Amino acid sequence: MLKADKREVVVIGGGAAGMEAAGQLAKAGCIVTLLERESVTGGHVKNWYHLFPDSRNSDEVIEYLARQVNHDNITVRTGVTAGSLEKNGKSIIINTSRGERIRSDAVIVATGFDLFESRRKEEYGYGIYDNVISSADLEMMFRKDSIKRHDGETPRRIGFVHCVGSRDAKVNNLYCSKLCCVTAVKQAMEVKKHIGNASVYCFYMDMRMGGALYEELYKESQEKYGIIYIRGKVSEVSENIDTRLIVKVEDTLAGRPLRMELDMLVLMAGMEMSEGGMGLAESSGLKTGENRFFAPADHHFGTNKSTVAGIFYAGACTAPMNITETISHARAAVADVMDYFRNI
Amino acid sequence: MGDFGFTVLKERHINYDANDKSIAEYIAEREPSFRICIECGCCSATCTTGNFIRFSLRELQILLKRGENEIVREQIDRCMLCGKCILVCPRGVNTRNVILLAREAFRKSVENEI
Repeated sequence: MLKADKREVVVIGGGAAGMEAAGQLAKAGCIVTLLERESVTGGHVKNWYHLFPDSRNSDEVIEYLARQVNHDNITVRTGVTAGSLEKNGKSIIINTSRGERIRSDAVIVATGFDLFESRRKEEYGYGIYDNVISSADLEMMFRKDSIKRHDGETPRRIGFVHCVGSRDAKVNNLYCSKLCCVTAVKQAMEVKKHIGNASVYCFYMDMRMGGALYEELYKESQEKYGIIYIRGKVSEVSENIDTRLIVKVEDTLAGRPLRMELDMLVLMAGMEMSEGGMGLAESSGLKTGENRFFAPADHHFGTNKSTVAGIFYAGACTAPMNITETISHARAAVADVMDYFRNI
Repeated sequence: MGDFGFTVLKERHINYDANDKSIAEYIAEREPSFRICIECGCCSATCTTGNFIRFSLRELQILLKRGENEIVREQIDRCMLCGKCILVCPRGVNTRNVILLAREAFRKSVENEI
């Protein structure tokens, strides 16, 4: 049995999963190196504004995560990418982008997700029409407290397209990203808070409200904010001479084609395996699933385990997850690491 | 006790057990992607024919699956086979082949071949 207080663990990825995992490892006595390829930690959370389901300011989550990694046992290294992992006896060697070889007793891979690049659904006109934006762009507008069309006008009619890059064989993503539905509900309400007289429409295929308080939020959005839900996948978007957007959709519940003009259209970008995670999978022989995320060793009892002893997963590098689930998953990864140390 | 006039309107029901699903089965056997439609309506939204006259492939395929064949028999020839629906279908259903097979199945059913 090897005691945790002598163990060195490298956590790859400084988003919510990696930061939480690092903090929990440090509290358990491990010596932790946290590698983040960007210049700052925080991952995607730092780009969001208010979080579902309770409209918590995302800065609070950032502050919490920063406290988690503020520990004597943790060295945070930004601007460093883990290129590949190799086993050396019971140790794992991490080859970094700076040419170092870092030895560790265990590795937690927390490389997270990338947002779907909306340009790939070119029929929606992202990058072509100025007033087609992504859900991430809208979060930045909320953060700047300024929701404007490209021409500086305040939009009065705003549409949300669900499932952009999710549940779509045409972009090779058959899976549901699971968070975009509730994000659309949250953002639709937020738009109404900013622009009281706006009309807001959500175009959905199925409202997947499986998380805690999601359904309640959906109901609130109808009841208190008057958000209008139209069941149909938008097939294409065009622009008229006034740069208003025209969406083509079938109102599948009414059973008739519907045309609508909008001032702004928000694409609910799905989640994909991160490029960094993909690179690590290829360089280090880590298994990925059909959805390209890391494939856990067991879907019931080992969602934090890879098929390599000593390499563990935390967070959205294994599947789309919200922040709550990510933090829980990171804690569970640490429990698995501790269990591993007790048994080697 | 008063008679409130409540009754069962049989003509409103899809008589699922009695309905003939052989046309749908004929299509699904030959074009398995027929089974994986999620009713998103993309095909109908982008459909050139549906822009001008009543024609929704999403509607017709669900009617076939429920054995409500008569409406489909009346409308299936309205499709011009332009294939835009194939381009937009998020499930990758071979919609054009579905239509061709539906026409073939109706033709054969008239000739008592299925």
